[in-house]
Amino acid sequence: MKLTMLRKLSVCLAAATLTLTAGCAGAGSLGSSENEVTIALVSNSQMADAQKLSSEFEKANPGIKLKFISLSENQARAKITMSTAMGGSQFDVVMISNFETPQWAKDGWLLNLSDYAKNTPGYDEADFIPSLRDSLSYKGNMYSVPFYGESSFLMYRKDLFEQAGIKVNPDPSYQPTWQEVADWAKTLKTDDRAGICLRGKPGWGEVLAPLDTVINTFGGRWFDDQWNAKLNSPEVKEAVNFYVNTIKESGELGASSTGFQECANLFGQGQTAMWYDATSAVSVLEDPKTYPDLVGKIGYLPAPIVKKPNSGWLYTWALGIPKAAKNPDGAWKFISWMTSKDYMKLVGENLGWARVPPGSRTSTYTELPEYEAISKSYGPLTLQSITNATPNKPTVQPVPYTGVQFVGIPEFQDLGTRVSQQISAAIAGQKSVDDALAQAQQYAEVVGKSYQEK
Amino acid sequence: MTTTAERITATPDAAPARKKKSRKFSPWGVVAWLAGLGFFFPVFWMVLTSFKQESDAATNPPKLFFVPTLDQYSAVFNQGIGPAMLNSVFATGMSTILVLLLGVPAAFALSLRPVRKTSDALFFFMSTKMLPVVAAILPLYVIVSNIGLLDNIWALVVLYTSMNLPIAIWMMRSFFLEVPGELLEAASLDGASLWRSVREVILPLVSPGIAATALICVIFAWNEFFLAVNLTAVNAQTMPVYLVGFIAGEGQYWAVLSAAATMAALPVILCGWFAQNKLVRGLSFGAIK
Amino acid sequence: MTLTADTGADTGAKEVAERVRKIREAQDVGVSRAEGWRRRGPLLPALIFMIAVTQVPFLFTLYYSTLSWNLVRPGSRRFVGLNNYLAVIQDSQFWSVAGNTVILIVGVVLISALLGLLIALLLDRAFLGRGAVRTLLITPFLITPVAGALIWKTTILDPNNGILNWVLSLVGIGPVDWIGQFPLAMVMVELIWQWTPFMMLLILAGLTSMPRDQLEAGRVDGATAFQLFRELTLPHLRRFIELGVVLGAVYLVNTFDAIFMMTQGGPGVASANLPFYIYQRAFLGFDMGQAAAMGVVVVIFTMIIASFALRLIFKSFSGKEEAA
Repeated sequence: MKLTMLRKLSVCLAAATLTLTAGCAGAGSLGSSENEVTIALVSNSQMADAQKLSSEFEKANPGIKLKFISLSENQARAKITMSTAMGGSQFDVVMISNFETPQWAKDGWLLNLSDYAKNTPGYDEADFIPSLRDSLSYKGNMYSVPFYGESSFLMYRKDLFEQAGIKVNPDPSYQPTWQEVADWAKTLKTDDRAGICLRGKPGWGEVLAPLDTVINTFGGRWFDDQWNAKLNSPEVKEAVNFYVNTIKESGELGASSTGFQECANLFGQGQTAMWYDATSAVSVLEDPKTYPDLVGKIGYLPAPIVKKPNSGWLYTWALGIPKAAKNPDGAWKFISWMTSKDYMKLVGENLGWARVPPGSRTSTYTELPEYEAISKSYGPLTLQSITNATPNKPTVQPVPYTGVQFVGIPEFQDLGTRVSQQISAAIAGQKSVDDALAQAQQYAEVVGKSYQEK
Repeated sequence: MTTTAERITATPDAAPARKKKSRKFSPWGVVAWLAGLGFFFPVFWMVLTSFKQESDAATNPPKLFFVPTLDQYSAVFNQGIGPAMLNSVFATGMSTILVLLLGVPAAFALSLRPVRKTSDALFFFMSTKMLPVVAAILPLYVIVSNIGLLDNIWALVVLYTSMNLPIAIWMMRSFFLEVPGELLEAASLDGASLWRSVREVILPLVSPGIAATALICVIFAWNEFFLAVNLTAVNAQTMPVYLVGFIAGEGQYWAVLSAAATMAALPVILCGWFAQNKLVRGLSFGAIK
Repeated sequence: MTLTADTGADTGAKEVAERVRKIREAQDVGVSRAEGWRRRGPLLPALIFMIAVTQVPFLFTLYYSTLSWNLVRPGSRRFVGLNNYLAVIQDSQFWSVAGNTVILIVGVVLISALLGLLIALLLDRAFLGRGAVRTLLITPFLITPVAGALIWKTTILDPNNGILNWVLSLVGIGPVDWIGQFPLAMVMVELIWQWTPFMMLLILAGLTSMPRDQLEAGRVDGATAFQLFRELTLPHLRRFIELGVVLGAVYLVNTFDAIFMMTQGGPGVASANLPFYIYQRAFLGFDMGQAAAMGVVVVIFTMIIASFALRLIFKSFSGKEEAA
């Protein structure tokens, strides 16, 4: 039975090889060494750049070994939250945002980073844009430090505006109104080009980001200061109807599955004339390698308003250290490197000045002449939008929460996602705005009640 | 015994249908080709996209001709594909071996030697697949973390084994059922021990079936995503998790994702392509008759 | 003595089966305890392994389902008995999602089985490049589901830059928002694309293993192709089809990747299935108690449905056993 012998031999061989690979693979890590730093990142291009440049950090800090895990936003959030909430020590550095930081700081899940920053010469904590710094602080101390930040503004094709004869007010303090923008969109819409691209994809960080700013500036709010849910109030209804109708009349096709990614693509391909979205979109649009045809053609305006000025949102991807991290000192070394002024220069010199992480430090806009040179059309406006954002007072009427494009309570991830699904369905034409908001109101009431009972 | 052996070698593959040799043109053949190309097309497009620059990847109309580049593949390799590949190989290989070690005897016991309440045991095995992994993930996370196996590839090995075992038992039992019972009876009546008769008589008969089952287990284990993404971090990352890391939240990613997906799927595709004959033979458990 | 030439197979097999049955009966009567253990012995390792690995988490899940526990609100963990189950039953979205799940499983399994059957019939005939076509056809089953779903979503179904809309535009049909308008259908299409090869392989194996002489005899007797198919081929294939249906359904109950990647369950919950809905409660709401309760409800319902289905299949399987 030669066959069985051969078979036995091959099985043994396979098993032996496998056990060998076990040594190389992730089998049984017997406690990481002092000098390992495990970092969980979200997979955006700016973070991918940091990973690429991390060899520079390892050169400057011999003996420290970096290990990265990079996931898409939803996955990263779920994983990091689960690990941190359970007091896990899987990660030394976690990438979180200004949504989680105040809550987790209050829960005692993060280390106080201002202490570290004080003892790191040249780090200059005060250089962070004040609104950002506040949004990541708890009781005056920072619990995560920004890697890049963003607000929202309106991007438009200057050449298409000219062709259509639309004149834009050149005053630096001018903030367009949403009605104006809707009219422009209608004028610019053609059969193969949308007038404006607006997100419609479900997700509390997708459609709700721009929609919440619209709700805020129309005078609406999620909860009143007694935690009564207000999602079917006249102001919110007006705002949501406006948003949905604008998309229907002059927006993109397939809006209910269009997020940042898709709108970027449409704008880049010339399939939409305007786009209201994150200031960090410039990293994609102004990169001459990706969209050489667009260079010099993009104009920028502050976020459109109705009743409330300065309605751009405020968001940042930041780095923090979970309480149970195995190597907090190494973690801080890495964090301080990745968010330092020198890092900005490193990116500019090695990867191009367009890829410098935007919107975190004031010095990026004032002390880097190369960056200033290439960012003339959007740099100052980015800085202005972030500085003027008002997360602590996001709405016209008083509210018990903070956050411009989100409601800074832990329940919001779920509530926001459920509401966003309703809105998305309305955008897809599957239900009326009134029905969607009625259902959303129900969800919000449940959450509001739990806060009223506190 | 010898007649059975003869029977096996005269597999249906050599059946008289082959008289019409392949050179014949038939309209049904054209339809089959269309079906094959149609099913394959998304895979073809994925591989094609992996050679594009991002700006070529998402265009209207879709581009068939463009300047190819290897940038995407270098990006995929630069982010450290090696460990992820190794982890996947280990988790898949080890769990498949375990499945066979545990499953073959179990399938045997459930088929050739009917045990009381055979159907109950089978039902139990199947019922373990009814709890959505999603609902049990938190308990699993807690348990795995308490055992200290978080971000350790062995956790995945154990879980993949438990994931594939019911399917493997179900499939292999069908193959064992095809073995004529009198073979076994004849062998044990001869005084040979049960173990010897199993090893020398039955296993060779069902080995194509076992190979087929092993291939199915490999496919399921290699492509598993949910458990891997939640129970691993940096050390035990598998290919599907590695792949998802290329979905950028802000920025273009279709091309680089296609490259990563091609790399992730390549081992299994090669396995499947080469082993498909075995698969078909193994699955045709009527062959023994 | 045992297996003889074709013509005598039927009667010979029957005699043999009769002998075997008698031997088995003789051995069954008064079987010693030692013999019984020896028979069950090989089953034990697998059984013990499965019990250890699956039942412990299941017990935990049961326990968590009785708690009101939100992971991101520390200090909120407390025992609430069956409240979570009440909430689940009253959640109308849960039931509509359950409906989606049933539609998804039944639709995907039936259509891919049917398609698999048709394609297997095509492949059963010889033609130029048959092996190559088969190779092409099985590839979708080998692709990582996450990658497959993304490819469909981005390159094929994208309303602006997708291939499907481009092809349709060539014949003058306007761009359609596939994922927005037909989310569940699109998820099903992707799943059918991935599962048809599996069904096809199984059925092809069955076709290859069918004795041709019976078909010849039937043809000589003047039966039409369709009659041959219905009377001879289909019953032989029944076992293979059943295997495919059972395996496919069991796997599809848990399907998650496609929905996560393509539609995120939206718009609304139009394309969410139970695993995805539970995932959202667990990983967005971090409401562990609710998620666990939903999981348990899913298990109960799946068991009820499966026990009917499996008993049905077992009858046919054990029927075949006798004939062997």
